[in-house]
Amino acid sequence: MKKPSKILRAVIILAVAVVSVLAYEQYLSSQKSVIVLATTTSTYDSGLLDYLMPKFESKYGVEVHVISVGTGQAIETAKKGDADLVLVHSKKLELEFINSTYGIHRVGVMYNDFMIIGPLSDPAKIKDLTNATDAFKRISYKGAEGNAIFVSRADKSGTNLLELDIWSMLGMAPSNKTQAWYLEAGAGMGTVLRMSNEKGAYTLTDRATWTSFKNQLTNMAVLVQGDKILLNPYAVILVNPEKYPQRNYKGAVALAKFMISEEGQNLIKSFTKEGEVLFSPIARNLESAKQLGFPDQENELAWYDAQKL
Amino acid sequence: MENPFLEEILNITLLSLRVSGTAVLIGALIGVPIGMVLGLGRFRRKQSLIRFIDITLRSIVNTFMGLPPVVVGLVVYLSLTATGPLGPLGLLYTPTAMIITQLIMAVPIITGVTMSAVGSVEKAIREKALSLGATDRQAAWMVLREARMGVLTAIIVAFGAAISEVGGIMITGGNIRWVTRTLTTAIVVEVELGNFALAISLGVILLSMAFVINFVLTIIQLRGAKR
Repeated sequence: MKKPSKILRAVIILAVAVVSVLAYEQYLSSQKSVIVLATTTSTYDSGLLDYLMPKFESKYGVEVHVISVGTGQAIETAKKGDADLVLVHSKKLELEFINSTYGIHRVGVMYNDFMIIGPLSDPAKIKDLTNATDAFKRISYKGAEGNAIFVSRADKSGTNLLELDIWSMLGMAPSNKTQAWYLEAGAGMGTVLRMSNEKGAYTLTDRATWTSFKNQLTNMAVLVQGDKILLNPYAVILVNPEKYPQRNYKGAVALAKFMISEEGQNLIKSFTKEGEVLFSPIARNLESAKQLGFPDQENELAWYDAQKL
Repeated sequence: MENPFLEEILNITLLSLRVSGTAVLIGALIGVPIGMVLGLGRFRRKQSLIRFIDITLRSIVNTFMGLPPVVVGLVVYLSLTATGPLGPLGLLYTPTAMIITQLIMAVPIITGVTMSAVGSVEKAIREKALSLGATDRQAAWMVLREARMGVLTAIIVAFGAAISEVGGIMITGGNIRWVTRTLTTAIVVEVELGNFALAISLGVILLSMAFVINFVLTIIQLRGAKR
């Protein structure tokens, strides 16, 4: 056989060069301090993290990699050891995460609230109801008659889990398979808001995402808000370093401390869209933290404050 | 660069090129030799067992040419996750994880197209070379030279599949801003956020980039054909 052509030789040399550059980059990035935060689409899509994280990064000279998925997937990611901490909103899944001993030191950071939104024509007549459960009931009746549609996130996100809780309080477990009025989107909040807008459907949304999107949603109005069940508290939980010693536990503590510090809490409060505050801080307000489902807030706060960086 | 917006778009575009380019380059190094060996069909006339193996291998390659990217992404994710077999490497949510994903997609495509390109010129060229007094080896080399344009096609096809892929790298890269966000995953984010104008501009960038690269490769191909 003849000698390999010049082109072949050049390609091999190029490939070797590329692979070694990659290996070197991999080595460099493994030396660099990176914190992986698994979180929900609502904190990311609203722009809060893009606002908050650069301030933390420049202060501590680290990089925060944000994986934005639903609460269910965020906690699953952390459980598998692929994240350092989570910022999520579903008390049930959070407590499961703690009980499984994969998560430690759950602390309340902030809250906002959920709202039921729907078409301006409001066929189920739920406007100004103060009870979310009643509103869901009416939507399901009108839906069964073929006069209303409800879009569900159906992605195991915090929003989706609350929605399912409300249905189960009514003794219902709606499914796209049997109920044509109930659409299981399997998508993020932004997509579901737009779907609802297009279809003239009802849906459950958090205030932050709604405020960021409402300019695009010409067909929709806020119909039910203020029910206690609609409160939406966000918690930070660290990944247990005993389970995954290779994870960046120190970085996770630093980031959690930053979010619940006076500075972090003030930054969260000053994050506004369209003149509205999207998230209200609660880390240092023990009374409201307790009411929002963080009975240990005082102890956890003391624990974080005692951690030296 | 002062404009943070342009800086981000540049970052995203370069990452897309880097990930897909590397995957296809390494994929070519693996896929082209395998495709050539399978395409030459040296085993075909021999025992039935070898023939059976040859047919099985070809069928595997042809099946894997259509690997669904999300399935590849899922398998790579499960291997690279901290509790998975390759977890200790710490590769999940890095550009390397995305390259591995696209590499697994690119190798069968390059192998398959190379295989059929070699196969299609094999008989005519081989017989001609043998009748002109070439040895078996020299004849094989002639076949491979004649098939080189088909090999380039294989690379073009694989690059097109890689650069436009989104499902797999979304899972293994995690779509982290500035780190693992490519043109396709950025489009998904912008659509989710309702920034359709930005999403469509990213789409135009993706398409123009693919065009320029294919333009260059096509010129090479045409020149090669003339020689």
